[in-house]
Amino acid sequence: MTGAALSLAAQYRRHNRWRLILLAALMLALLTSFAADLATGSANYPLREVFAGLVAPSALDAGMRVILFDVRLPYALMALAVGGALGLAGAQLQTVLNNPLASPFTLGIAAASTLGAALVIVFAHHLPPIPHDILLPLGAFVCAVAVTALVLLLGRAHGGGSDTLVLFGIALLFALEALVWLLQFLADANALEQIVFWSMGNLGRATLTHVALVAGVLLLCFIMAMRRAWALTLLRGGAAQAEALGIRVARLNAQVLVEVSLLTAVALAFVGTIGFVGLVGPHIARLLVGEQHRFFLPASVLCGALMLSLASLASKSIIPGLIVPIGIVTALVGVPVLITLILTRRSAS
Amino acid sequence: MSLMLNDVRVARGKAHIIAGLSLPPLPPGSMTALIGPNGAGKSTLIHALAGLLPARGSIRLHGQALETQPAAERSRRVGLLPQTLPQAVGLTVYELLLGGLLTLGLARDEAEQRIERVLGELRLAGLALRALATLSGGQRQLVALAQLLASEPELLLLDEPNSALDLHWQLAMIEAIRADVARRGAIAVLALHDINLALRSCERVIVLHRGACVADGAPQTVLDPALLAQVYGVAARIETCSQGQPVFILDRLIRPDEV
Repeated sequence: MTGAALSLAAQYRRHNRWRLILLAALMLALLTSFAADLATGSANYPLREVFAGLVAPSALDAGMRVILFDVRLPYALMALAVGGALGLAGAQLQTVLNNPLASPFTLGIAAASTLGAALVIVFAHHLPPIPHDILLPLGAFVCAVAVTALVLLLGRAHGGGSDTLVLFGIALLFALEALVWLLQFLADANALEQIVFWSMGNLGRATLTHVALVAGVLLLCFIMAMRRAWALTLLRGGAAQAEALGIRVARLNAQVLVEVSLLTAVALAFVGTIGFVGLVGPHIARLLVGEQHRFFLPASVLCGALMLSLASLASKSIIPGLIVPIGIVTALVGVPVLITLILTRRSAS
Repeated sequence: MSLMLNDVRVARGKAHIIAGLSLPPLPPGSMTALIGPNGAGKSTLIHALAGLLPARGSIRLHGQALETQPAAERSRRVGLLPQTLPQAVGLTVYELLLGGLLTLGLARDEAEQRIERVLGELRLAGLALRALATLSGGQRQLVALAQLLASEPELLLLDEPNSALDLHWQLAMIEAIRADVARRGAIAVLALHDINLALRSCERVIVLHRGACVADGAPQTVLDPALLAQVYGVAARIETCSQGQPVFILDRLIRPDEV
């Protein structure tokens, strides 16, 4: 009996070793994409030169140093941090809502961030004299948290089921979009341009300080998510069974929703609206490593980061000399990827 | 040392489903069937015993009040096999069981040994690394049973545990539960629709009707035609077959104008 027990446990460990290899492969792909993102732009640099510059900045000429450290490094790092944050947010939302189509956009959290940013842009003159760089993300964050709280309260008043939450979220999504349109209608030409540009998604506004903030929040939320990885895993088996095992499902859902609103708001506050990464990233991760969340969560972070890094690369390569807003690229690439995933899954089942 | 229910009341929203249920003690090593028509309150009672629904009154397991115990402690003592099957997801059988046992606070070594033993006993070892999404409904119900047995609770609650199982596995499931209950002195309560299975597997049957207990005792004694007509609206009887086994025989529906 003991030998057989070891045998099953050993089989499971071997199964997990494959998952670790896949995670390592994702990490390698991510590093490659990151390096290519650094090397690509209006002036292309050889990878060797980029690496040498990163190791010894003083050896670079002044022009390349500015391009590499002030422009491309924040841009490429921001793609990783925002992609990772959206991947983690989408993965957890899909689990707690038991809905494979859930993403930060489903519950209106992303739309709330856009509304918060639009409010700051339009009413900037009436707000306290706080730097725009702080006020804009703050507005996005406050709105995202407020809408999450509203969805949770409405959901709790009507039983708190995941379907109820999704329905309220979708209803709020339409209302929030209408409010953004109203603000656009009322805004002057300058504010309107800013809102439109924000809603297209753009990594070009990123600084290393912004990157540090998004990466810090991502790290914090990732640690918290990994601490409840088994609870989230069991939730996939069924809410009633998870509850009977002592998991407080309602509390878990609320914790995840608040954390997702934080991740989404902070990620989108500096770069604007970026869709599909939070939806498609977790799907790819699920196909690769399954739904044991100790592997699924890191894989979702890596897939989200890789998707946005590749989108960043594409945004600089589609039209030479011009950076296409990354939100446009993720939507254009994300839709066919999503359709392919759905068709693949349907034919597999 | 038993499960005791005294004046238990359970509501779902504003609807009072169980109203003042009191039962003689359910002793260790026993298997009790909860039967009754749809809406009688079987699942509600099972959920209340498992702590998934708030209950008023007194529920005591081996002398300790369950309703005041912390959720983590209660989930170690009371295990549930819910009516809903584990979802068809990309999660392997092994990790579903492992996650459950680790969440209950078991050390990893002990959890691995229990999983091996239970999957071996239920002949599910070959499915250990299969994703739940690739299993049939019956296999997923057996996985849920494996999860329940592996957690070794003092009180096993099973809500229609045979709904997705074929005849072979229905009997195999009952044998596995009986062996577990006998080995550990646990108490099993099964909500069942299949009266033949209740007759065959349980030494005691509690008949619920509109949230109240209308009969309680040995199945062959309690399940008389009058009670079956009153509770289910059918003409039915219990006979003894040539093998000496009690068999439930359903004769016909009783029309409302016959009542």
